[in-house]
Amino acid sequence: MTTVSEAMPSLAAMQAREATVRRFALTDAIFRAATRFSAILVLLILGGVAISLFVGSWQAMSTFGVSFLTTESWNPVTEKFGALAPIYGTVVTAAISILIAVPIGIGIAIFLTELCPRPLRRPIGIAVELLAGIPSIIYGIWGLFIFAPFVQTTIQPFFINLFHDVPVLSSLFAGPPYGIGLLTSSMILAIMVLPFITSITKDVFDTVPAVLKESAYGIGCTTWEVTRRVVIPYTRVGIMGGVMLGLGRALGETMAVTFVIGNAHRISASLFAPGTTISATIANEFTEADGELYTSSLIALGLILFVITFLILAIARYMLMRIDRRTGA
Amino acid sequence: MSTATSLHRRRKTTNSLMMTLCLVAAGIGLAWLALILGALLYKGLAGLSVSVFTEMTPPPGDAGGLLNAIYGSVVMTVIAVIVGTPIGVLAGTYMAEYGRFSRLTTIVRFINDILLSAPSIIIGLFVYELLVRPMGHFSALAGSVALAILVIPVVVRTTEDMLNLVPNALREAGTAIGAPRWVVIKSVAYRAALSGIVTGILLSIARISGETAPLLFTALNNQFWSSNLNAPMASLPVTIFQFALSPYEEWQQLAWTGALIITLTVLALSIVARSLTGRREDK
Repeated sequence: MTTVSEAMPSLAAMQAREATVRRFALTDAIFRAATRFSAILVLLILGGVAISLFVGSWQAMSTFGVSFLTTESWNPVTEKFGALAPIYGTVVTAAISILIAVPIGIGIAIFLTELCPRPLRRPIGIAVELLAGIPSIIYGIWGLFIFAPFVQTTIQPFFINLFHDVPVLSSLFAGPPYGIGLLTSSMILAIMVLPFITSITKDVFDTVPAVLKESAYGIGCTTWEVTRRVVIPYTRVGIMGGVMLGLGRALGETMAVTFVIGNAHRISASLFAPGTTISATIANEFTEADGELYTSSLIALGLILFVITFLILAIARYMLMRIDRRTGA
Repeated sequence: MSTATSLHRRRKTTNSLMMTLCLVAAGIGLAWLALILGALLYKGLAGLSVSVFTEMTPPPGDAGGLLNAIYGSVVMTVIAVIVGTPIGVLAGTYMAEYGRFSRLTTIVRFINDILLSAPSIIIGLFVYELLVRPMGHFSALAGSVALAILVIPVVVRTTEDMLNLVPNALREAGTAIGAPRWVVIKSVAYRAALSGIVTGILLSIARISGETAPLLFTALNNQFWSSNLNAPMASLPVTIFQFALSPYEEWQQLAWTGALIITLTVLALSIVARSLTGRREDK
């Protein structure tokens, strides 16, 4: 008798077990739904950002139309707003910063993967990445009080003297050395995007199969030739992705630029002149903006920035995904 | 023969030139970090005293501290982490566990990576439209929400990555003894990935503790002590921004000291976070 009751649990026990299984299934379904909802929330946030910026900037867009993009004047008194000067400042500072940061960033990555003694590799890599962790306001205060005076007394006079009789360059590097302005902002942005470019370039350099490099070394190539002819061609897409990611950062960077750009709503030929960027304009003027149209114009600037950075970052991610897929396979 | 040796010499020269340039590049990177930290220590330490942590932000031209700003930063950071972390961890869980191969995961990963590097001032504008405008006033709550939105993508990313590193054999062992999926995730996957998930949370705190742009028009600023979440609240970064651009020497000094406090906090957080994952990699 006892053996039968062991093999066949009582009806009550089976019901209890069934109830437990049902309870487990229910909790599992709830947990699954919660995780799924959170994942969808990430999409909703980005959608919400796009919609809210669109709604907020509607008034400015319907008032000014396309001319908002092509007008330079920014006059809160007469309520005439155009985004050309901030767009120009944003694009120029980001472009120059990338021009400075890309060679240095790739250089550091080559140093870390090819030259650096193994024990130093990790500490130096971490130190460069710590640069990425420093908040942008720190770069701003450092830029304003330490770097800008140095630019004013050393770098700007040097460039003015160097190029004063070269036709095009003399107008690029002209005007009184204020210290603050487009070039100073670009240089600080370059320091800020450097770690992003370096760490991504280093990561993609590490994906190069050792056998490719070894065969190049085996036929007698120098380190530079291996880097130039094997490593860089192999990782081109990944490097471009890293550069685009840095560009996205540089375009949207706010606080550091706000400190040193000079906040002048005009387009000057000289890189020494003060200017403004989209994010600096919003940071400086948003809380002081009186009037719906003024606020709406600032939000329209935000929408422009959002669209530009979204496109750049989407391209960057697409490129990095391609290299991930290749190494993942 | 002579052309061969000259070619060889030229290649060697190019090589040493380029390698020297790379060395110089690394030197520039490290020198810059040293310059910034040096300036911060030099300028910031000069004003570091007990009163910084015990007194309120002063009116122009007076001595004072940063107590209300530090308090505001801590309060808003804590709320942001409490709100943002569960959402981030759950979303990361979906992507690594339930929906590892689903289309939704691919889309969320792509969008999350964009959110991760999206300009934070845009998030500020979003929260302004979402909360500040309907409520009619700036508030610490809005500031916390803006920071929480910055926490989410960091946590999502690290949670997904860390859960993906958990070996499937562990999950299968859990399933084999009859544990339902969510118990396997909770008691096996989360435990195995715990240090990585904590790293993500620490990195997100490091990221938001220095964020200024999203607070400018959500939490605004407050010259006085306030613990009301429904009112404007001071924060360390916004106070630094205001004080650094002021013409008053006492304010500028406080800005430097505040900058030093933030930087040390952020660096400490990133080093702790790194040592957590570093231990993992060594195993």
